[in-house]
Amino acid sequence: MPVSDIAVQDAPAANLTERVVNDFSIRVATVNGSGSQTANLVLLRSIFRMGIPVSGKNLFPSNIAGLPTWFTIRASKDGYVARRATIDLLVAMNPETAREDVLSLEPDAVVVYDEPLKLDELRDDLTFYPVPFDKLVAGILRDAKLRRLVRNMIYDGVLANLLQIDRQQMDAALEKQLGSKPRAMALNRSALDVGYDYAAEHLEKRDPLVLEPMDKTDGLILVEGNAAAAVGAMMAGVTVVTWYPITPSSSLCETLIDYLQKYRLDPETGKATFAVVQAEDEIAALGMALGAGWAGARSMTSTSGPGVSLMGEFSGLGYYAEVPAVIFDIQRVGPSTGLPTRTAQGDVLTTAFLSHGDTRHLMLFPASVEECYGMAIEAFDLAERFQTPVFVMSDLDLGMNTWMSKAFEYPKKPLDRGKVLDRETLDRIGRFGRYRDVDGDGIPYRSIPGDDMPAFFCRGSGHNEWAQYSERPDDYKANVDRLARKFETARNWLPEPVVEINRKASIGIVAYGTTHWAIVESRDQLLAEADLQTSYYRVCAYPFRDALESFIERYDRVYVVEQNRDAQMLSLMKLDVRPELANRLRSVLHYSGDPIDARTVTDSILIQEGYRVEKAGAQTIRLPHTSGVGGE
Amino acid sequence: MASVTPSNPRIKVNRIGLDSKQYRGTKTTLCAGCGHNAISERIIGACYEMGVDPGRVVKLSGIGCSSKSPAYFLGSAHGFNAVHGRMPSVGTGALLANHKLIAIGVSGDGDTGAIGIGQFVHLMRRNLPIIYIIEDNGCYGLTKGQFSPTADLGSTLKTGVVNDLPPIDTCALAVELGATFVARSFSGDKKQLTAILKAALSHRGTAMLDVLSPCVTFNDHEGSTKSYSHVKEHDDPLEEISFVPFFEDISVDYEPGTTQAVPLHDGSTLYLKKLEEEYDALDKVRALQVLNETRRRGEFATGIIYVEPDRDDFLTMLNLVDEPLAALPQKRVRPPRGALKEIMKSLR
Ligand SMILES: Cc1ncc(C[n+]2csc(CCOP(=O)(O)OP(=O)(O)O)c2C)c(N)n1
Ligand code: SF4
Repeated sequence: MPVSDIAVQDAPAANLTERVVNDFSIRVATVNGSGSQTANLVLLRSIFRMGIPVSGKNLFPSNIAGLPTWFTIRASKDGYVARRATIDLLVAMNPETAREDVLSLEPDAVVVYDEPLKLDELRDDLTFYPVPFDKLVAGILRDAKLRRLVRNMIYDGVLANLLQIDRQQMDAALEKQLGSKPRAMALNRSALDVGYDYAAEHLEKRDPLVLEPMDKTDGLILVEGNAAAAVGAMMAGVTVVTWYPITPSSSLCETLIDYLQKYRLDPETGKATFAVVQAEDEIAALGMALGAGWAGARSMTSTSGPGVSLMGEFSGLGYYAEVPAVIFDIQRVGPSTGLPTRTAQGDVLTTAFLSHGDTRHLMLFPASVEECYGMAIEAFDLAERFQTPVFVMSDLDLGMNTWMSKAFEYPKKPLDRGKVLDRETLDRIGRFGRYRDVDGDGIPYRSIPGDDMPAFFCRGSGHNEWAQYSERPDDYKANVDRLARKFETARNWLPEPVVEINRKASIGIVAYGTTHWAIVESRDQLLAEADLQTSYYRVCAYPFRDALESFIERYDRVYVVEQNRDAQMLSLMKLDVRPELANRLRSVLHYSGDPIDARTVTDSILIQEGYRVEKAGAQTIRLPHTSGVGGE
Repeated sequence: MASVTPSNPRIKVNRIGLDSKQYRGTKTTLCAGCGHNAISERIIGACYEMGVDPGRVVKLSGIGCSSKSPAYFLGSAHGFNAVHGRMPSVGTGALLANHKLIAIGVSGDGDTGAIGIGQFVHLMRRNLPIIYIIEDNGCYGLTKGQFSPTADLGSTLKTGVVNDLPPIDTCALAVELGATFVARSFSGDKKQLTAILKAALSHRGTAMLDVLSPCVTFNDHEGSTKSYSHVKEHDDPLEEISFVPFFEDISVDYEPGTTQAVPLHDGSTLYLKKLEEEYDALDKVRALQVLNETRRRGEFATGIIYVEPDRDDFLTMLNLVDEPLAALPQKRVRPPRGALKEIMKSLR
């Protein structure tokens, strides 16, 4: 049994007394486009509504219909929401992958499968529950087309019975999912019933997995990161949204459009207080966002790696001409088209320096859906405060998967529109110079077209502090030095890191974004399995705070954990911290396209710390700059 | 707004009290005799005569000699010299932020026809209210004279290299794609260009102006089809243009058979006295036909090629509130607590 506190015995059936309660992973293997998403979300929400901490991860192909897709639901009484590498219960609906799905299970796992697939012949160390899905669905429906769509709901019914899911909560979850469609509702409910009744009559419970009500989700919500960011952008008062469709970012703007149409029409006139444009490509999307930012709007675009690559030249213009805009990068696996529907943290280095010349960008790293919301709001303030593009570095795992969260709080701070020139300021400073550092913080004042203040000529070519064209060496240098000063000012404005100092710790861990959830769990594992105490520094923004150096100073070895091959965040840190501190940085890397799991982190740290020997063939690539195995 | 009455009453001022000097920009850095300079002068003249408020104007451009020129007119207006070929997107964004702005974009034939053709195409489709001027010299001036995509078949470079690819006709493209005001002119034709610019300022929608504008340094030689002499010889005006602005109380007698009166968005009227038989500036098919016929003859059809005065522009289609989006206060852009509560409830 993959769950460590369960005594493993030979015959799984004899194990019924050792129940596994609220602590296992379910994987549903289906075919893309078969309507399984509804069934999976209903299952997820039912568990959530029972008060059990839960997370859902959709592993889907870059395809509209026909290719295999897996949905993983993890119930965790302890509240762990990272992906779990081991699967305890498989629902095998896809004939194409069923064999491999079953063969890859750990011993003692449970399999609910489509009876004709005869999967029980494959192994004798698993618990099998055959279900004749086609026969059951034929009993409810004549229409073959519709059958395909409700067929999946039957496994929800089967699981409700096997795992003791509260049927009332499941009905409520179904209602939530399909409430507005009464006919679909009725059909799906009968599918649930059929599955439930079949299991009750024909399947004798022979496995230890059960779900029992808890009270750990009171007041929580379930939401995807992209939807959370959309709510944040709306609450930030976004006025211009320009975008070009790309997985995994499309749902951000699509959700935003829905919310804007609901909450941002002028109550008196019914007219829009926002504009959304689907651009012809990402170059145009950012060009529009910058044009809008220059003309005083709160503007944004949303994209993923390929779009970020196209945005290079405009990003440099935004940086150098000092134009605000917010760019959400929902990272996916690259390079090139890569794995469009898999997750990664692979755009960190590109984005930090996106565009030619001495360019540096502000980046925020949300780890949770709550931070997607909060940092979306913050990003608009920062973009206007620092008059520069701000990148919100989310990823597919965060953006498209469903996460539990505290309900979002109404923003406490008013909008910060930054240093916009007004009459009073003009009187104070005398002559307006668009790029003059009046206040010594590197941030100049700006005027906005149509606002009756003195105009300026905005350009990406060389300019002096009066915004006049200039190729003079002293003008150029003074200007880029001021930009560097502005960047330094930003360092202490950006969201602070989340630091947990443990006095007994012998090593430090650094992570960012969704990697956080694996760290939470891994730190517990390190303690439980090796009595290894750790401190933790979670990066929330770039440029880094000085606190990063103080953190590294405390430990001989600091593990930077991230989801890319090249240790991108670590490399960025090496550029920033004192050289003697850079040598203390070690890497834990995960880059398969699956979200990182705690086991990977724990094993890698234990090996590097010398507690364990690296398994032959284990995937730990050590790059030249991530010096040696730890525990020397 | 910049409507300051000059202290010297002898200086001639326009209807908003500005003298023509107030429409000038910084001194040009382009070559003496460059067609682009003449176009800047015409823009200054048209804006002055129309009484355009420079405080409401945004000047936009890409990269090239032509794209430098917004610095040389309307110095008190905001300007944005963006990146090569991408002015349409920047202009679109600016107008989304503030739909009350008057957008004047200047591009080159390379900036538009090569690197920027994608954005150009989509700008035309959207019918964004912008005056989009291509200062068309058939070559890349700023990078020293290479062919551009508007170079005619058989035209030669100074070095003798012959262009063997067909040109892009930006006017035909614009008509085809949905621009609602399409004209071609010549930097040397003061009267025609001024009239077209004024009419463009009165139009609401994309006004695409392809202005032949010889590059004296790289493309004014024998063998070039974009030289001063060649353009002058092959200029084939479609009509004689008279423009009567909305603020002038002039009644014009015209013969409906030979002259077309086109009422424009701001109340001004365009009178097009036909030179080409059966020409009808409101007829899209005819416009494309004339462009093709003149090109086959090796001539340039100039004048107002196509106009559709009353189609909804892009911003109107977005149903925006009356105030510029950029100027909306927090209470109009941040939904109230109740809205967030409702959203949170829906996610339980
Ligand atoms: C991305 C990029 N590629 C190339 C250039 C170099 N470049 C500058 S201007 C120009 C061509 C300009 O030609 P055109 O638009 O016809 O304007 P003109 O100078 O003739 O007025 C080129 C290729 C650039 N600035 N940016
Ligand atoms: S190089 Fe040609 S296009 Fe450029 S300024 Fe000189 S004449 Fe004009």
